Amino acid sequence: MTAVAPFTIAGRELRSRLILGTGGFTNHDVLAAALQASGAELCTVALRRLGGERGPNHAGSILDVLDHAGVEVLPNTAGCYTARDAIITAQLAREAFGTDWIKLEVIGDDRTLLPDAVELVAAAEALVDDGFVVLPYTTDDPILARRLEDVGCAAVMPLGSPIGSGMGIRNPYNISIVVERAGVPVILDAGVGTASDAAFAIELGCDGVLCASAISRAHDPVAMANAIRLAVQAGRLARGAGRIPRRRYAEASTPDEGLPVFDSASQ
Amino acid sequence: MTVKVTINGDRRELPAGATVASVVASLPNAPEGRGVAVAIEGEVVPRAQWAVVELRDGANVEVVAAVQGG
Repeated sequence: MTAVAPFTIAGRELRSRLILGTGGFTNHDVLAAALQASGAELCTVALRRLGGERGPNHAGSILDVLDHAGVEVLPNTAGCYTARDAIITAQLAREAFGTDWIKLEVIGDDRTLLPDAVELVAAAEALVDDGFVVLPYTTDDPILARRLEDVGCAAVMPLGSPIGSGMGIRNPYNISIVVERAGVPVILDAGVGTASDAAFAIELGCDGVLCASAISRAHDPVAMANAIRLAVQAGRLARGAGRIPRRRYAEASTPDEGLPVFDSASQ
Repeated sequence: MTVKVTINGDRRELPAGATVASVVASLPNAPEGRGVAVAIEGEVVPRAQWAVVELRDGANVEVVAAVQGG
């Protein structure tokens, strides 16, 4: 196992285990620099109404930035609350970007942004049937991950903690169980706050990490992109190296044998 | 003759025979079609049909484009 060993999603080989979310960058120059520093090959984008006040200001130019960086687009269905909306959004994304890959998000409310499991599975099944390569954003529930795999998802993307919370991995035991049972790649999606969180995800056995806010909202996004790229590599090396078991009590690394005795009475 | 349609939530009155292509071109910041997609009543209209699909009275049209996100 090496830090740069590629992995495969739906037959596509990816050398970088870091997928970059493009949300939250203050401008395209910072995004471009962070992209380069991250080494990501895959990058999320969203769809919003054209011509709206908060819509694309320089429509198309986000795609120019991604093209120039040589990264591929992974469209998402961010903001969808129902399977129907997510399915239509995925179909729009396929038309807009010419890719059948979709990061499927179906959320339950706007405060937690947690996935709506029922709608998520329904949307995933319909999109798989429609020929999509579906990468669902899901909870850290191993059973739900299995359900998503069963309906044909190409990967599962459990959250470490809520989107944008920077709370890291709140339930590493669940993430481990998802990893142990998954027959498809596992990408940790959401919750990463800093480099160590990304390393931890990979140490737990995740195949990759998706980061947006941790990088885009960092004080220095480019430096954080670099840090998280290295953390993913470090995590990969550590996972392969095999961590020592946890113990409740100490285990000396220095041998007791040959320890000098300075008290003559105890000789 | 005109048709009343809703485009991205805004009600508009267009000349009868207005096409999807003309609607996309009329929106601010319209790129040259790249990264843009259109749905009418939740059905995607393939780009190849934009020039020929005419809007019917009462149509609900959504025109979307790429933004940062996710």
